[in-house]
Amino acid sequence: MGQALKKEGVHEIVSVADLNLWYGSHQALRSISLSAMTGEVLALIGPSGCGKSSFLRTLNRMNDLIPIVRVEGRVIVMGQDIYHDGVELAELRRRVGLVFQRSNPFPKSIYDNIAYGPRIHGERRRSELDGIVEQSLRRADLWEEVKDRLSASALGLSGGQQQRLCIARALAVRPTILLMDEPASALDPRSTAKIEELIGMLRGEYTIVIVTHNMQQAARVSDRTAFFCDGSLIETGVTSELFTNPRNAQTQDYITGRFG
Amino acid sequence: MRSTINIAKAMVGPVERDTPPRKMSRRSVGEIIFFVAATVSFLLCMGTLVVMVVDLVQTSAGRLTWQFLSGVSSRLADRAGVLPAIAGTVWVTSIAMVISLPIGIGAAVYLEEFCRRSALSRVLEIAIANLAGVPAIIFGMVGLHLFVRWCGFGRSVLSGGLTMALVVLPLIILVSREAIRSVPRDVREGSLALGASTMQTVWHQVLPAALPGLLTGAILGVCRIIGEAAPLLALGAVTYLTKTPSGLDSPFTTLPIQVFNWISRPQVAFHHNAAGAIVVLLMVLFVLNGAAIVIRARGQRRG
Amino acid sequence: MMRERIQLFLLASCAWISIAITLAIAVALLQETVSFFREVSAAQFLLDTEWTPLFWEKHYGIWPLVCGTVITTVISLVVAIPVGTTIALFLAEWSPRSLRQIIKPILEILSGIPTIVFGYFSVTIATPLLRIIFPSLPGFNALSAGVVMGIMMVPLMATLVEDALSVVPQSFREASYALGASRLTTMLRVTLPAAAGGVVAACILALSRALGETMIVTIAAGQQPRFSLNPLQAVETLTAFIAQVVMGDTPYGSIEHRAVFVVGCLLFLGTFTLNVGSMWIRERFSSTR
Repeated sequence: MGQALKKEGVHEIVSVADLNLWYGSHQALRSISLSAMTGEVLALIGPSGCGKSSFLRTLNRMNDLIPIVRVEGRVIVMGQDIYHDGVELAELRRRVGLVFQRSNPFPKSIYDNIAYGPRIHGERRRSELDGIVEQSLRRADLWEEVKDRLSASALGLSGGQQQRLCIARALAVRPTILLMDEPASALDPRSTAKIEELIGMLRGEYTIVIVTHNMQQAARVSDRTAFFCDGSLIETGVTSELFTNPRNAQTQDYITGRFG
Repeated sequence: MRSTINIAKAMVGPVERDTPPRKMSRRSVGEIIFFVAATVSFLLCMGTLVVMVVDLVQTSAGRLTWQFLSGVSSRLADRAGVLPAIAGTVWVTSIAMVISLPIGIGAAVYLEEFCRRSALSRVLEIAIANLAGVPAIIFGMVGLHLFVRWCGFGRSVLSGGLTMALVVLPLIILVSREAIRSVPRDVREGSLALGASTMQTVWHQVLPAALPGLLTGAILGVCRIIGEAAPLLALGAVTYLTKTPSGLDSPFTTLPIQVFNWISRPQVAFHHNAAGAIVVLLMVLFVLNGAAIVIRARGQRRG
Repeated sequence: MMRERIQLFLLASCAWISIAITLAIAVALLQETVSFFREVSAAQFLLDTEWTPLFWEKHYGIWPLVCGTVITTVISLVVAIPVGTTIALFLAEWSPRSLRQIIKPILEILSGIPTIVFGYFSVTIATPLLRIIFPSLPGFNALSAGVVMGIMMVPLMATLVEDALSVVPQSFREASYALGASRLTTMLRVTLPAAAGGVVAACILALSRALGETMIVTIAAGQQPRFSLNPLQAVETLTAFIAQVVMGDTPYGSIEHRAVFVVGCLLFLGTFTLNVGSMWIRERFSSTR
């Protein structure tokens, strides 16, 4: 892959330095330093409970929702330290979208699901909203399937469609970065392929950080891969290199299937 | 003679090697006792209901006329009607719900979505749980002290409504919290991840999703108010009324108070009126409960 | 941002209103109680065995009212606890689905009936029925009121006990069955003891409910304060006394009227203690598993 060569010209859009995170007294992340470059797809892999989801959720401060979480370190997103006091959470989360492991459409119509984000950020004009809804659905490759039933409940969609709807919903607020927390883990192989294809389409336009359990998926969709284990970052590298020629023995064991 | 021997045998019990059959038989005796107890318990409840319904239907049969429904108080039992009581019930219930529903749901939202666990929230929890168990008559005394005297509202329908608002508030808070808690976490996170504030999430996602539960809670509250008599007794609801309330300061009576008044009179004819008023009361509650069941079923189907 | 601050403030106030109400109750009751004890000595209140504040010769001994309350409460619990618990055991451990679908709605209907209707039932049906057994029963008596109050509380008791039983892990029951214990033995020796905390909490809640119940005893128990524990007579409970006075023409602020608040205070303290106690037991019980 040629991405490694381009790297020098691209700046770091996410830069995390010496991040520690505790749930109460349990330390879930240990001095993580990791960056994501503008426009790349960064995959986070590792055995379950290794802290990759916790890491993902520090990037848009979704961890704040858990009262016992404590975070230390520097997390710079788009040039701003997001754990600084003056940060507007709403603006941060608008620019850093999150797609969940289990699709979670709101119990509303398809249209209202997509329009919800723009609305809470102040967009009231119907024509504008119509445009955003169509554009977001097109980008999520869902428009053709649902354009005739935009006012139907989103809960009537299939699992794969629901997940693409959630991606469209995240795109509707025009984020710069898209976080995906095992977005295909609950889907059948065909829907998974569809999601992976979609990630390929979004690559370049958005910076994508994706947590995945599935190493083939990481290999297929990502430019770079970071391997987490026991709350520590073991190794980072260009995906093709990390998978073919890992520097660390633990990484080697994991990708060859000896544990995890 | 043989039966005596059998009883004696049973009392002494067979020797050790016979253990399994003995245990089997003793077990089934225990089970029979339990089943008899369960049947008797159930029949007590069932019987109460059946006897109550049969008696009410028989006693009220002659009284449930249009004249009874549209008539006002009278010294003569067969001329008296329940219109002022029905109107008073509607007034009191409306006032109580208009006040307690927003406050109750607001409190539930605060406790479920904003209040972090702390010593302070613990005090709140205890206060609410305790209020739910305070005898209704005490709310009546407080209403008398607070609204009738201190605020100077007098023995009016406003005092009655405010007092009933106090009575149902804990119930509404408890049921609304339950409804809000049953909204999946996913929905909240999905909204927050789009950059919505907690407040926006509550308004746009949590409350709409909790709506069936909140409505059911409201109906339960209405039922509670409609059937409750003790607090209004303490407020001094009037029972002899020749017209329906015309404003917030009107004197009033309600169905249960009217029943109480009629049942307390020595003449049997008034007892028949009481039965008639009870039937009206139960019909209203029946319809409301039916509505609650329908709403709950719809909410489940949708969720 | 400012708007959200205001909204949050309003929501918080909604929650704090419950504290305000609790305080208002306490203040209202205490104010009048204090003025009462300026005129009547605590000794008379606690030692006199007559309660006649509405008569010419006034006595303010609380015991007759306490006796009335104790009789009706005990009778109601004697009905509600065994009946409610048995139904709950049957529902939770035994009942097939089909039977459950009959029993549950009946309990729900029963629990939805207003207390005034039970009062009516007590006077017009229960008392005549009880006369079959006790021919000398007067028209208003503690027994009938207590029994009917007990039936009224059966759904409450049954629901609470069933909840407590449903928390007992299935593994307990399976372990017992695996040892060859029968269903009944398992139920009585394993499940019920494991749910003991919840059952006790339910009993306390029922007790608190019985203490505070007003309409049934006002209608059906007579209104005669008596220093006796005979259930076959007319009695007056604390709640019935309150109802009797506030309904009448007793002037506000008179000593008789204050007596009502003293009784209310006693009732509030009693139910408060019981409710908090019940909560405490339930929480301790649930935290041990």
